[in-house]
Amino acid sequence: MLRLMGSSWKRKGRRKTMPYISNTDEQRAEMLAEIGLTAEDLFGDIPESLRCGGLNIPDGMSEQKVRDHLAAIADKNYIHLTSFLGGGFYDHFIPSAVYSTLSRAEFYTAYTPYQPEISQGTLQATYEFQSMICRLTDMEVSNASMYDGGTALYEAMMMGLRIARRNKVIMDDSVNPIYRVMIHSYSRNLKVDLVETKNHEGLANREAILDALDDETGVILVQNPNFFGCIDDLTDLAAAAHEKGALLVVSCYPMSLGILKTPGAMGADIVTGEGQSLGLPMSFGGPYLGFMATRKKYARNLPGRIVGETVDTQGQRGFVLTLQTREQHIRRDKATSNICSNEALCALASTVYLSLLGKEGLKETAQLCMDKAGYAYQRFTAIPGVKPHFHTKWVFNEMVFDLPHDAADVIGKLIEKGFAAGFPLSRYYEGMDNSILIAVTEKRTKQQIGMLAEELEAIL
Amino acid sequence: MELVFEKSVKGRRGLRIAKSDVPTCVNLDQSLLRGKDAELPELSELDVVRHFTELSRRNFGVDTNFYPLGSCTMKYNPKVCERIATYPGFAHLHPLLPQLRSGGMLTQGALEVLYEMDVILCEICGMDAFTMQPMAGAHGELTGIMMMAAYHQDRGNTKTKILVPDSAHGTNPASAAIAGYTVRSVPSDENGLMSFEALKEMLDDEVAGIMLTCPNTLGLFNPHVREICDLIHSVDGLAYYDGANLNAITGKVRPGDLGFDIVHVNLHKTFATPHGGGGPGSGPVGVVERLARYLPISTVVKREDGTFALDYHKPKSIGYIAPFYGNFGIVLRAYVYILMLGHEGLERVAENAVLNANYIKEKLKPYYDIEHGQLCKHECVFSATRQAQNGVHAIDIAKGLLDRGFHPPTMYFPTIVKEALMIEPTECESKETIDLFIDAMIELARTAEKAPETIKASPTTTAVGRLDETKASRQLNIASL
Repeated sequence: MLRLMGSSWKRKGRRKTMPYISNTDEQRAEMLAEIGLTAEDLFGDIPESLRCGGLNIPDGMSEQKVRDHLAAIADKNYIHLTSFLGGGFYDHFIPSAVYSTLSRAEFYTAYTPYQPEISQGTLQATYEFQSMICRLTDMEVSNASMYDGGTALYEAMMMGLRIARRNKVIMDDSVNPIYRVMIHSYSRNLKVDLVETKNHEGLANREAILDALDDETGVILVQNPNFFGCIDDLTDLAAAAHEKGALLVVSCYPMSLGILKTPGAMGADIVTGEGQSLGLPMSFGGPYLGFMATRKKYARNLPGRIVGETVDTQGQRGFVLTLQTREQHIRRDKATSNICSNEALCALASTVYLSLLGKEGLKETAQLCMDKAGYAYQRFTAIPGVKPHFHTKWVFNEMVFDLPHDAADVIGKLIEKGFAAGFPLSRYYEGMDNSILIAVTEKRTKQQIGMLAEELEAIL
Repeated sequence: MELVFEKSVKGRRGLRIAKSDVPTCVNLDQSLLRGKDAELPELSELDVVRHFTELSRRNFGVDTNFYPLGSCTMKYNPKVCERIATYPGFAHLHPLLPQLRSGGMLTQGALEVLYEMDVILCEICGMDAFTMQPMAGAHGELTGIMMMAAYHQDRGNTKTKILVPDSAHGTNPASAAIAGYTVRSVPSDENGLMSFEALKEMLDDEVAGIMLTCPNTLGLFNPHVREICDLIHSVDGLAYYDGANLNAITGKVRPGDLGFDIVHVNLHKTFATPHGGGGPGSGPVGVVERLARYLPISTVVKREDGTFALDYHKPKSIGYIAPFYGNFGIVLRAYVYILMLGHEGLERVAENAVLNANYIKEKLKPYYDIEHGQLCKHECVFSATRQAQNGVHAIDIAKGLLDRGFHPPTMYFPTIVKEALMIEPTECESKETIDLFIDAMIELARTAEKAPETIKASPTTTAVGRLDETKASRQLNIASL
């Protein structure tokens, strides 16, 4: 319908009615008369030579036409493939009550809660979010959310370096490569000495990390479960980091914390992650939800917004944005971060999601993910020519298999059979051309897993 | 109000989880399991829905109250945008799909939206290429400054300074500092505009660029903006346009035509996507042709056969600033908004936003001090200095407005105005609503003279009264454990 670039749209001129502008032409004339101006006067301060004289974009459309148009565009996206894609972003079930809560306009049409008396809804929900993140990760304090898991990990790295007053970072390549490339980009203009270690058998490489760890090291960056889906206990790395005066920063998958040992219990200093798995749709890459939690002693080093509990003049419980002196609107170029927005509405979605699942529901969902992944592991390894890439026994809901041929080719063929079978690791890892990363969530059925196994066997 | 945890009743469930159809075959080593369960609340679905509905009623939003919060452009968020964002074809699309071999054809619809937004924003801003990746305005600023740094490195320039006017948003100096630059603040002149003389004095070869909002945070359009950009270009610096105030000039003036090289736009301001209580936002960044090579990876391209693809081959790029393609769901909403309005609608947005702001400015002039009372654009900045003589400060006026059913203006910003009250009505609001707001402001000015103590006691009609922020900061309680 739209033909952009190269051709001009037909412009039929002005329309009388505008659904999002309330004033009528009569009211406009009345207002102008009252303040003694003409319509032309309103832009009289802008020299004629600077004006553009209108835009070359289409005429406005009716809502009916726009909805039909966008429905046709949406139909061009293939969402009907049975998906085993993960890589840190997962197709989990989202209860209806999450959507209905998010559609409360009192939440989504509000701004950052600078006026706490009429923002208690946003503020208390955010405090509850912070509390849930702490309870999930076994940490003591959390901020109000970050843009996404990748920017959260970068900000955690910078926070760790500020605390340690050092510049060196050791990062294992079992950390999500999507986040690693972001960290490289952001660090480019800063004095960060970034050392990358190569994983050992799918886990953070102890030997290489300990070898690189010295008195200059401020931060060790690791992930659990890591990008390959492997489960690790990072307690030894926390101890090693602390011995050298460094901090352990752990990126985690919050769904897994329904059952897995927490970063807090391992001794992590800063914990981040992507909250998309907690009630947010995949939405082609965003909006998502970064989270960040730490020890109480580091609360004042956290970037981003933070909500705290206090009392009003009557002694009633209430919530406010707190520790604002760290932030850009007060500290300007001395702020701990330039972040202004968080992802408040996404944090609300996760808070509602975790409230609905509750203590038992989160545990059961995490167990389901792991059981189904275990079933998939059995089915796929039974296929002649398919082998697990790592010897590591323990995976959460994602795993790496080696195929007899190029994985990207096989995945391409399986798309034709109706499956998004997984992600080819050749994109990020040398020497892994035949390796495929397969994720299984609680939404996948035994039958779907079996069908993929059969199609895969037929293709190989 | 009780916390969600305090409503928990042991054994209660809010979701029936699908029965497992596979055997439990994994028995993890005990050392890898969590010691005790995460203490999440145990509630029925009704408990949860009622809790969050009750919370929502303790909020003001644009749909419930007039929200003239200066510099934040709290315009109406059309419902059609929300509805379309929930179409399964968009909401359930996995971001890795187009990165699979022959996978690009599986996401043509999403790529089309990103591509067309690129073209549309280029037209609105007078730029040559856009990235949709920055996930908020400040994130866009950082992206823009990173591109500025890449440009200078490429040219062999060793530049260290970024100039920022003293009226700028706090994110400008913070973004420049985080990208590794030193920030120099340029003072304003007696007209409330950045001092051209001071700028000339501060300009030298160390200047990498300047960051400007136009109109500025006082709502004033600087007629010399093109000369400022020329001056910056004369030392091979780049001019950055902070699009926070773009709503004032859409369809009237294009930053690119003014001489700017880099632009960020806040989709959650100018293009009506919801603020969400503080996010998610979206801050696409546009550049002129000679900077396009530095845009983040990836970009969407249109092939000769009319299909869309992601381009990852960008050797000069600043790299990866977002996990995928930005806050797609937000970009989509803004795209729908622009299609609904069309070119004529966007021009009318600016016209009505400016009319509403000037109407308020003229009507309130007799009652509140205003240092720069000339024609404004989308917002006007008053000062409560007259009221402060009776002990009624900007914050008290703000709290008084809460009791009268209005969200207050932005307080104490820009910092160059004492007791600042920054009012941005947006184009959406009707004369009736604005008149009620003006009446409330006049009544508050009168009360400030006659009975200031009644305003100091405000708010009394809200869910809670004034809160003890010192206690919040000193006796830090930021999580219920």
